[in-house]
Amino acid sequence: MKRETLISTSLLVLGALFLAGRIFLTEHGMGKAYVRAVEIKPKEVVTDVSWTKYENATQRQYHESVDQDPDQTQFQFSLSRTIGIWVAAFFTLFIFSFLYRDNPFYKIAESVVVGVSAAYWMVVGFWTTIVPNLLGKLAPEWINSWAMPGLDTKAEYIYLVPLIMGIMLIWRLAPKGGWISRWPLAFIIGTTAGIRLIGFIHADFLGQIRNTIMSLAVYSPETGFNVWDSIKNIIIVIGVLTTIVYFFFSIEHEGFVGQTAKVGIWFLMITFGAAFGYTVMGRIALLAIRMEFLMNDWLWLIDPSHTRVFM
Amino acid sequence: MFLSVTIPIYIIAKTGKSFPETPTVLSEAVFQSIEILEEGDPVLLSFDFDPASEGELGPMATAFVRHCAEKKVKMYFMALWPVGPQMVDDAVAKVILSDFPDLEYGKDYVNLGFKPGNEGVIKVIVTDMRELYTTDDIGTSINEIPMMENITSVQDFNLIINVSAGYAGTKEWVQYASTPYPDKIKIVAGCTGVQAPLLYPYIPNQLPGLLGAIKGAAEYEKLVIDKYGGNDPDPKYLEAKRRMGPQLVAHLLIIILIILANYIYFVEKRRGVSV
Repeated sequence: MKRETLISTSLLVLGALFLAGRIFLTEHGMGKAYVRAVEIKPKEVVTDVSWTKYENATQRQYHESVDQDPDQTQFQFSLSRTIGIWVAAFFTLFIFSFLYRDNPFYKIAESVVVGVSAAYWMVVGFWTTIVPNLLGKLAPEWINSWAMPGLDTKAEYIYLVPLIMGIMLIWRLAPKGGWISRWPLAFIIGTTAGIRLIGFIHADFLGQIRNTIMSLAVYSPETGFNVWDSIKNIIIVIGVLTTIVYFFFSIEHEGFVGQTAKVGIWFLMITFGAAFGYTVMGRIALLAIRMEFLMNDWLWLIDPSHTRVFM
Repeated sequence: MFLSVTIPIYIIAKTGKSFPETPTVLSEAVFQSIEILEEGDPVLLSFDFDPASEGELGPMATAFVRHCAEKKVKMYFMALWPVGPQMVDDAVAKVILSDFPDLEYGKDYVNLGFKPGNEGVIKVIVTDMRELYTTDDIGTSINEIPMMENITSVQDFNLIINVSAGYAGTKEWVQYASTPYPDKIKIVAGCTGVQAPLLYPYIPNQLPGLLGAIKGAAEYEKLVIDKYGGNDPDPKYLEAKRRMGPQLVAHLLIIILIILANYIYFVEKRRGVSV
C-alpha cells in the first residue's frame, strides 16, 4: 500500500471511529434536528380544514417538553432535517477535500451545487417572473384561480410585447431563424446599458465630484477649527487628484507630473491593501461559520447558543 | 489557518467570553439612523444575500430586525436575491416569532418577497411600489395588507436598511434610490468585506452609515445589546462578537506570515539567491 493511501485511509478510519463514538457512546448523540408542530387554521374562513407547520426547535426544548409530558407530540425528532444536517456536513467536508487535491468527492459536491442552483433558479424564475409578471398581467383571473389567489389586478395587454419578445428570444433554439433572437437581445442590451449609464453618471461620476468638493479648513460654531476633519478632507482631495494624474496618460509621467503620479500610486496601493484586508476578513468569516456549523450543529462539540442539554 | 479559526471558536463557545468591541463612527451612524425613528415609522429592509454569505451578514440582519422590533417601527421586508425571502424568514423566526410574539404579520411586519430585475426593480419601486408588488411573499393581495395602505413608493419609507452580498445590492440602492432622491430616501447598509471598500466613496452624502463585514456587525451588535440587551443577553444576538475571535487569531497569523515571508525574501536577496 502506498504511503499516501495509508495516510488517507487511516484518517478516514479515525474519522469514522470518532463519529461512531459520538453517536453510540455519548448520552446525547450528535447531528439531530428537532421541530415544533404548529397547527394552522384559516383566520377568516369558517372551515374544518387545517394543516400542520413544522418550525425549527432545539434539543433543549424537546427534552424539557418530554420531561414534563412523555406523551407530548408538539416537539418531535425530525428525520428529514437530520438528514439535511448530515448531507450539509459531508458536503462541507467534500469541498474542504479540494485543499488536498481535486478528487471525486469534491467533484460530486461541485456538480450537485451547480445542478441544484440551476434548477432552483429555473423554478424561482418561473414562479416569480413568468407567473406574476407576465401571465398574471395578461390573464389575472386565470392566474388568480390556480396560482395566486391574492392577485386582484386587471389585464394589461401591453405585456403582450414582452411575451412576443420572450418567444423571439427562445427562437434561438429553433433549427431555422436563429437571427430573430438578436432583436430582443439588442433591446435588452440597449435598455440595460441606458439604465446603468444613467445610474453611474448620476451616483458615481457627478456624485463623486460633488463629494470631493469639500472644505479644506473645517470650522464649526461649537468647537471652532477642527484639525482632524481638515486633515481628513485634505488627504481625500490630494488622494483623488494624484490618483487621477496617475491615470492621465496624455502627458508623459516626468518631473512634477511623475512625482504626483507616484503619490497617486501610493494611494492606490493603500486602497488595494484595504480591499485585500476586507476580503481576507470576509473569507475568514465564511470559514469560521462552516467550522462553527460542523462543531455545533453536526458534532455537538460546542453549544454557543445554549440550545442543548447533556452538553 | 484551519487551527487558527477552529481553536478560538471552540474556546469562545466553551468559555462564553468574547473580545471587547469599540463602535466606529459608521456603526454609530447606522445605529443612530434607526434610533431616531418613531414608533410606527415605515422602514424597508432589503435582504439581498443568500446562504453563501450568511456567516458574514446573518448576524447583522438579526441585529437590524431586533433593533427595529425594539423601536416598534413597521418592517417591510423585500429581496433582490432569489434566496433572500428565506433569509427574511430566518431572521423573522429568530427574532420576531421567538422574542416579539406580539408583533402581527400584516400590521407590524410584512414579507414582500423576491422580485427579479436587480436595479430594474429599484428603478420601478422608487416611484410606484404596486407596479411590481401586487401580492406579498405568501400570495396575499397588497390591498388586503393593512400596513401597505399608505405606501405607494419607496419614497414613503423613513429609512431603507440594506443587507448586501453583491450585485444587486447597496451600490444599486445608492445609484437608483438615494442619489436621485437625496431629500426623500435615506439608506443605511451592511455589506460583505469584499464590497465595503467600493462603498466607502458614497459616505456620508449618499450613504450615511455602513457596517463593513463581520467587524461592522460586531460593533453594531454591541450598540444594540448595550441599549436593549439587558444584563444577560441571548447568545443568538452575540454571533458577530463571537466570530471576531477567529478573526483576530487568523489575522495575526496572516500578519506574521507576511512579515516572515518578506524577511525570508530580503535575506535571500541579500545572499544572492534568485527568487
